[in-house]
Amino acid sequence: MSLAQPESIEDLKARNKALIKEVLEVYPEKTAKRRAKHLGTFEDGKPDCGVKSNIKSIPGVMTIRGCAYAGSKGVVWGPIKDMIHISHGPVGCGQYSWASRRNYYIGVTGIDTFGTMQFTSDFQEKDIVFGGDKKLAKLIDEIQELFPLNKGISVQSECPIGLIGDDIEAVSKAKTKEYNGHTIVPVRCEGFRGVSQSLGHHLANDAIRDWVFDKMEGKPALFESTPYDVAIIGDYNIGGDAWSSRILLEEMGLRVVAQWSGDGTIAELEATPRAKLNVLHCYRSMNYISRHMEEKYGVPWVEYNFFGPSKIEESLRKIASHFDDKIKEGAERVIAKYRPLMDAVIAKYRPRLEGKKVMLFVGGLRPRHVIGAYEDLGMEIVGTGYEFGHNDDYQRTTHYVKDGTLIYDDVTGYEFEKFVEKIQPDLVGSGIKEKYVFQKMGVPFRQMHSWDYSGPYHGYDGFAIFARDMDMAINSPVWKFAKAPWAA
Amino acid sequence: MSELRQIAFYGKGGIGKSTTSQNTLAALAQQGKKILIVGCDPKADSTRLILHAKAQDTILSLAAEAGSVEDLELEDVMKVGFEDIRCVESGGPEPGVGCAGRGVITSINFLEEQGAYDGVDYVSYDVLGDVVCGGFAMPIRENKAQEIYIVMSGEMMAMYAGNNISKGILKYANSGGVRLGGLVCNERQTDKEYELAESLAKKLGTQLIYFVPRDNIVQHAELRRMTVIEYAPDSVQAGHYRSLAEKVHANKGNGIIPTPITMDELEDLLMEHGVMKAVDESQVGKTAADLAAIA
Repeated sequence: MSLAQPESIEDLKARNKALIKEVLEVYPEKTAKRRAKHLGTFEDGKPDCGVKSNIKSIPGVMTIRGCAYAGSKGVVWGPIKDMIHISHGPVGCGQYSWASRRNYYIGVTGIDTFGTMQFTSDFQEKDIVFGGDKKLAKLIDEIQELFPLNKGISVQSECPIGLIGDDIEAVSKAKTKEYNGHTIVPVRCEGFRGVSQSLGHHLANDAIRDWVFDKMEGKPALFESTPYDVAIIGDYNIGGDAWSSRILLEEMGLRVVAQWSGDGTIAELEATPRAKLNVLHCYRSMNYISRHMEEKYGVPWVEYNFFGPSKIEESLRKIASHFDDKIKEGAERVIAKYRPLMDAVIAKYRPRLEGKKVMLFVGGLRPRHVIGAYEDLGMEIVGTGYEFGHNDDYQRTTHYVKDGTLIYDDVTGYEFEKFVEKIQPDLVGSGIKEKYVFQKMGVPFRQMHSWDYSGPYHGYDGFAIFARDMDMAINSPVWKFAKAPWAA
Repeated sequence: MSELRQIAFYGKGGIGKSTTSQNTLAALAQQGKKILIVGCDPKADSTRLILHAKAQDTILSLAAEAGSVEDLELEDVMKVGFEDIRCVESGGPEPGVGCAGRGVITSINFLEEQGAYDGVDYVSYDVLGDVVCGGFAMPIRENKAQEIYIVMSGEMMAMYAGNNISKGILKYANSGGVRLGGLVCNERQTDKEYELAESLAKKLGTQLIYFVPRDNIVQHAELRRMTVIEYAPDSVQAGHYRSLAEKVHANKGNGIIPTPITMDELEDLLMEHGVMKAVDESQVGKTAADLAAIA
């Protein structure tokens, strides 16, 4: 039932084409026509991956996407640890996403940090009928009384807020005034808006611009600047990623003044327009605010990639190029210091992983960013795709993928299953909803959103863990006892 | 007791829906019918003439006080007025907040669950002006009102609203069983009002079930928070309402699926009757100054 493994690039492209055709055949005509635009094969030299993206998912397919609320509350705002983020609306949205992202933070939960707590206005029928503004105001009062050390509050709108037209901006303004300028940020991230969580990232970025930055105007800096101040943008500290990244920047002589937003604080957000350089990891979720800071405050930004030693070295040099020789030398020193360690990791794991094929389907940056790390271990990416990427993500992907890589945008449950069944990779990297489907098919799997309860995967420390985890997934003796349906 | 009949009155705001419906229902009650009025307008003024009250406590305001509708009993929300007519008001939020449409749904569900419809011959829903969202369409959805009576007049916008309501009925006529019972023209003394109302009814595929003439006695009764039926039972106007009530009662099962018309057809209708002149397209969108300059 599987296809023969292709020998040449032409064979590979022909196989992908046939495979896409076969997958599309099960759909009704209109659906097939629409899905066809999201599936393709990367052709060397093309400016993008040849697929359409950021388009509404089709009813009836199983999409892996989330919603605008997930993008704002779950991704951008949620990790700001010293703020309280209200899931404003009925209880479910906040309750079923409670503490499910592994954005680690330091602090005493419930006293000065609130990351793993759930705050919701728990809408009832009467709040829908009569409006929830009064309840929101009361909730803010209760928060101020019960958690006096909170440094700010964000109001994350669930769907009904937009439907009934509650004026959360007016409540936020009134309460900010009542509590002596306390930061209260209304976010219009109703889940029905947009086509995926991507719009939620954008709305959350805009809310920081309008309700955090603009409020700071004309106020004195809260810290003394140095020429080496940088902010880490778009690192959510999954399993400690931002920490293992930060130490490298510090070792090369930079001062990290903010983490956006993993283990981050409102004070760090406020300080960032005074940074000398913004280093941007997750382009998709935070390019908006980076561009804004460049335009308004003149802070340049640079994208980097801290997965795997090759990309880390490249990135350290790229970041250093924005500074003086002291930092450039610092980068070289850091690279030289860690290279033997990385060589040891590669020496240990590469022989066990060499030539293994990987298929990915993840979110913001990982469908391209992790490719270098796999390649450092001698592994090969044969298929990749984005849940909610835009065309600029697929353009950036061209620098990572090889000729003939299968590309699938907003892949459906059926497509992904079929692709894996036919291509038979040695590893699939995607999310929790996909994990057991593929493991039951006998295919090793790693969750690449949450690092499968492991991590960090960023930085040199992270790569050692990454290598171990991939080896553990692929070479686990358990696979000897499971039989893949296609294996005779 | 005969089989439960559920009817609803819709129409443009201010057209006299509540007055017409309460007078009609008061007349039916006098004939021995057991009646329940369900007011579905956040203004909560659908039962004032029956109860002689300014405004009844509404289901939703009581629910908000008590916590939720589950905390209410039927006795808390139901009042009994003239001729033992039972009255409930759905109520809703103050203007500009919340979702009044959801309020209507909540209230009707509550009434059904509480058995408010047991032992009555007629349930009448009095719904606000336009069917602006799904909530206000609740009374015309499946297993609710079987017949809708549109209260209108010879004014352009009242006819426009009547046509729009027909569109709403058409939508639910196919999925549920709702039908248009007919038009009730509440006279405004506009030009050729009767003829226009007749023509519109014909276009919609229905009948002008009654033409209620204008009479100041309605106003006198209103000021005393009474129906004309109660205030001046021997008046000519009370007779009209009794006749309307008889027509409605006799109209059981005669409802139709309406055939709403386009805005253009509606304008044509007004032109046919000479109420509106044909529009000179060359003058559309021109200011008085522009026109003077052309002349």
